[in-house]
Amino acid sequence: MPILEGQGVTKYFGGLAAVSDIDFHVDQGEIVGLIGPNGAGKTTLFGLISAAHVPKPGVIKFKGENITGLKPHQICRQGLARTFQSVKIFPNMPVISNVALGVHFGNSGQVTSSQAAEKAAKLLEFVGLLEMAATPAKDLTLVNQKLVEVARALATNPEVLLLDEIMAGLNSTEIALAMELVSKIRSQGITIFMIEHVMKAIMSVCDRIMVLHHGKKIAEGTPQEIATSKKVIEVYLGE
Amino acid sequence: MLEVCNIDTRYGKVQALWDICLEVNQAEIVALVGSNGAGKTTLVNTISGVLRPAAGSILFQSERIDSLPSHAIVELGISHVPQGGKVFPDMNVRENLEMGSYPIHAWKQKAETFEQVYQLFPRLKERRNQLARTLSGGEHQMLAIGRALMSKPKLCIFDEPSYGLAPLLVKEMFRIIQNLREQGITILLIEQNVHRALEIADRAYVLENGRLNLQGNSDELLQSDHVRKAYLGL
Repeated sequence: MPILEGQGVTKYFGGLAAVSDIDFHVDQGEIVGLIGPNGAGKTTLFGLISAAHVPKPGVIKFKGENITGLKPHQICRQGLARTFQSVKIFPNMPVISNVALGVHFGNSGQVTSSQAAEKAAKLLEFVGLLEMAATPAKDLTLVNQKLVEVARALATNPEVLLLDEIMAGLNSTEIALAMELVSKIRSQGITIFMIEHVMKAIMSVCDRIMVLHHGKKIAEGTPQEIATSKKVIEVYLGE
Repeated sequence: MLEVCNIDTRYGKVQALWDICLEVNQAEIVALVGSNGAGKTTLVNTISGVLRPAAGSILFQSERIDSLPSHAIVELGISHVPQGGKVFPDMNVRENLEMGSYPIHAWKQKAETFEQVYQLFPRLKERRNQLARTLSGGEHQMLAIGRALMSKPKLCIFDEPSYGLAPLLVKEMFRIIQNLREQGITILLIEQNVHRALEIADRAYVLENGRLNLQGNSDELLQSDHVRKAYLGL
């Protein structure tokens, strides 16, 4: 059974269909990639899943239950967390407090501040930012700010994690490390749905890939199928 | 054209750059390579006057610019496409572009430059009346580049122009940068796609932990064991 699933998911901004009649599913334990040209609707689809927007029409189900219309915090507490393409950190708070907020906010139940700080420190170590725990988040590089968001999302104890372009701005050597991080997250039993333009990463880390174009799903398949799809090459990959 | 001499830059007590010397010649493409956190953005922010150096000097066309405010540096002909775009979210696309055209020499040619930018990025023309906040990540990037071009720069600094762009657009972006150089614009390029950057650059500098550790012709650097291991993942 899919852990996350959407049926006929549609979202208009004014007269523009940003996401149009998309069916999708992500199975427990999978890593699914979401790719497509800029402006195809990928981040909007993540916004719909995490309730930043409400689909109209369309239904989104999480662990078999209809979550359409729930508030973002309710969805987060049910075990669905995300990161943001344009980072949304608390700039003046230390890195560790950004992550500790995730612990308090998420579905860990009642925790004390010291428990939250302890868990936050562990997560910072996990993403490789422990040294910067006391630094105000705004002083980190953009790439590290994204890792703060990954740690903060993990702090909410998610079963499904939506990653929105965490590898943008990394060089090849750093991308290899980020891929390792994604695999490590999955091996903790967390299902991953990720937007990424770095093909090398998407192709080697994902079990399955979905392609959006002009708000519609135009292809879906294994990395191999996607890499050789004429349609995908034409609108996205190039020769 | 641009001479950076013995620059130190600090954030409060924390020193981010040590004794940086770099030059960019007229009509060159020069790449600046380095890991996340090495100080690349700090360096270009120091050049464009967003940050002030704690020591050293910066000359543009033989004139010292290191104590000038950013807007005066833009007037002299240096445009900066910041990392992540930094467009004005509550202005529409056309207004954002217009914000770039305030240098006097650029204002006179505004109508013509608008056409050039729209030709370069037809998507911006399509969306010219849309608020920048409603653009996708890649469109933000196009808008930031368009805005930089509106000020008719002699030297254009790109801080990761391919950031968040789909593969087809990344190719397009590198083509556009080469194209700008052919039109006589000098380019200083930060880019994490190190292989592509070195392919189009004439020369490159490698920045590590706030210090320039290596420089040379792009071809030589592409062959360097250190660059291959640290940046190309080979």
